[in-house]
Amino acid sequence: MYPELGQLALILSLLLAVLLSVVPLAGSLTGRDNLQAFARPLAAGMFVFVGLAFALLTHAFLTDDFSVAYVANNSNSMLPWYYKFSAVWGGHEGSLLLWILMLTGWTLAVAIFSRRLPSIMVSQVLSVLGMVSVGFMLFIVVTSNPFDRLLPNVPADGADLNPLLQDFGLIVHPPMLYMGYVGFAVAFAFAIAALINGRLDAAWARWSRPWTTVAWAFLSIGIALGSWWAYYELGWGGWWFWDPVENASLLPWLSGTALMHSLAVTEKRGVFKSWTVLLAIVTFALSLLGTFLVRSGVLTSVHAFASDPERGTFLLILLAITVLASLMLYAFRAPVVHVRSRYGSLSREIFLLLNNVLLVSATLLVAVGTLYPLVLDFFELGKISIGEPFFNLTFSPLAVATGLLLGVGTFSRWKKTDAGWLARKLLWPLAVSMLLTTAVMVGYGGFTPWAFLGVFTAVWVTMATFWDLWDKSSSRNGRIHGLKRQSRSYYGMVLGHLGLAITMAGATVVSNYGIERDVRMVPGDVAEVGDYQFVFVDIGERRGQNFTAQYGSFDVMLDGDRIAELHPEKRQYAVGMSVMTEADIDAGLFRDIFVAVGERISDDAWAIRLQYKPLIRWLWLGALFMAAGGFLAISDRRYRIRDRANEPLATSPPSKAPAQGTAGAVS
Amino acid sequence: MHPIRKKRLTIVLFLLAGLSIAVALTTYALRQNINLFYDPTQISAGEAPMDVRIRAGGMVEAGTVVRDPDSLKVVFHVTDYNASVPVEYVGILPDLFAEGQGIVAMGRLNNEGRFVADQVLAKHDENYMPPEVADALEKASKNEGSSMPASAQPASY
Repeated sequence: MYPELGQLALILSLLLAVLLSVVPLAGSLTGRDNLQAFARPLAAGMFVFVGLAFALLTHAFLTDDFSVAYVANNSNSMLPWYYKFSAVWGGHEGSLLLWILMLTGWTLAVAIFSRRLPSIMVSQVLSVLGMVSVGFMLFIVVTSNPFDRLLPNVPADGADLNPLLQDFGLIVHPPMLYMGYVGFAVAFAFAIAALINGRLDAAWARWSRPWTTVAWAFLSIGIALGSWWAYYELGWGGWWFWDPVENASLLPWLSGTALMHSLAVTEKRGVFKSWTVLLAIVTFALSLLGTFLVRSGVLTSVHAFASDPERGTFLLILLAITVLASLMLYAFRAPVVHVRSRYGSLSREIFLLLNNVLLVSATLLVAVGTLYPLVLDFFELGKISIGEPFFNLTFSPLAVATGLLLGVGTFSRWKKTDAGWLARKLLWPLAVSMLLTTAVMVGYGGFTPWAFLGVFTAVWVTMATFWDLWDKSSSRNGRIHGLKRQSRSYYGMVLGHLGLAITMAGATVVSNYGIERDVRMVPGDVAEVGDYQFVFVDIGERRGQNFTAQYGSFDVMLDGDRIAELHPEKRQYAVGMSVMTEADIDAGLFRDIFVAVGERISDDAWAIRLQYKPLIRWLWLGALFMAAGGFLAISDRRYRIRDRANEPLATSPPSKAPAQGTAGAVS
Repeated sequence: MHPIRKKRLTIVLFLLAGLSIAVALTTYALRQNINLFYDPTQISAGEAPMDVRIRAGGMVEAGTVVRDPDSLKVVFHVTDYNASVPVEYVGILPDLFAEGQGIVAMGRLNNEGRFVADQVLAKHDENYMPPEVADALEKASKNEGSSMPASAQPASY
């Protein structure tokens, strides 16, 4: 009974979505307020019905209703309740439902937090979000109904959730990631609405900025969670594999980062408008592409859990319609916009433009590396794979260049920066960074050009950020007063840039100074990894709720002291008889010690992976900083105060020190 | 030149420069890092290049997995039920590695016709067959006119 209600709720929400995509838009085009007034109630209704469907599916999971095919395929009565809950999005249909729940949630959020926007804009934005919802609701209703029943032959028990997904990381990773993916739909909707009514101005940029920033912050957390999950759960200590599914989430992140920065220029200076709109379209298209890659089963990857050509085709058509329609609109409407502002060749505008060029290049690069094998395969031109070396070789220089430029750009001014002044400004931070980097190199004992560049970039970004904060916070009324005077969005930018530096430092150090050893060990053996000794104490059996495990015990010694006792496991799950490696990690801010048990070689000998991972936590810590920066930035006062209807076109906001251009917040 | 046009030109030039650097880097890196896939039939027919990093895949042939008791070395054969290639690997095998499972290995073919793998991938789902392997099996069974063993059929959903 309940599952049928769920399906009914989905169909009703689809009908509401159809209304939402037509009625308010028609109202905005014909100037009828009574039609536009439907936008908010329709958005709310859509959310309520999707929420109901989601709640009903969750109910089916928690009550072990195996007559529902999706539940039977992805759950089991032996599963702990929290995994039954997260299993709701452990498979295709459910994760799609989560996607749609997020989308309607974002739509509702726009409806609620847009009181100060002109009603035409609100109607159009909500209508566009309605159109996106129609696409995805059709998709789920037609091809991926999570409420399909297995009647009359109801299985006695479910096929179980893939053991890989029975983990805390999976409870939180997909929701965060989807919040990010789907959040870019809002930026997209704002861009499309702006194209429709020809209002590409600073006000438009100010409206879409916080939405973009929030989506980006969620996506950052989602990607970091995915990387963290892969690190400890996939078993072998890698944190980024350049796997197509990972790339699929990185693509919108990269272009979303570019979009945030170009929106800043559009808001502050009223330039780059067409470019910003294009980026907003591209970023959402990349989110759709990511969804297509993950959900269609086209990939040769550890994540390709399911495949079904019908779904792939549907998603591809959806993607094609979105891209073509918005590009058409762009082609017809974008040229209306004129550049009205001037800036010199050494201005903050130019630095942000270069930032965009680098980020877009990185996006293209990752896209090529990800899609090229798929395209070749599709046209039957051979089966190839593009490995990690390709991405490391091409992505690293771009990342370094972006970081170096960021440091310089931090000191630049809007409109025009004096070259000599800038050079003098850079001298000291550069020298200090050089010194610090050398110290780090000596500390880790080993110089390689890439390690140096990576660490230098991280230190440089940190230096430049703090140096700028120091400069800006000088005040006649004292340093504290100066620090207080800075806006939240400025601090958001500071956090975001520090986060980037932290992530870069982590990535560089762990890749260059990490140690990984695979050894054959019998209980009693000692293996050395760097300064650490690993003593294999013993291995025995342990029973869990739905698995039995080989339970190893290791002592980790440093300078004769036991610093950690680790218990990696080899689990055998009762249902499906699948085997899982559960690594054990002694985590620390400056290093992780990692032990994983491989296969049994002979009666008492085991293959063991031992690792020393310096600064690996920084990778994810940096992402948290970035996300925190994003959330801080959107809490800035000006998003609350200055969101007035009918603002004059392209006003630059009042800057506190116009002569210096203050450079304000570029979060 | 009009200052606005000059500005636009600068922007376009910047974009072009950035893009061409990206394209140059990409093609350079691509040329070095494309790994072609060969199935056991192709490898035993000598179609695969020697000492170039390639991917090979097939089913792990039953009864061929031999472990060295004193190290992490393991030797096994992969087959498409038409031809079979010995694979040598030193390291930890993935959890789902087992006889009769489909795997993909990365590595180089040495001059004895043995595939020296530096990476062995098995998919994280016991029903899942790497698409290359599924293809190779299908091809092999077509060529021979023999039917595929039931265990080798790609799982259907």
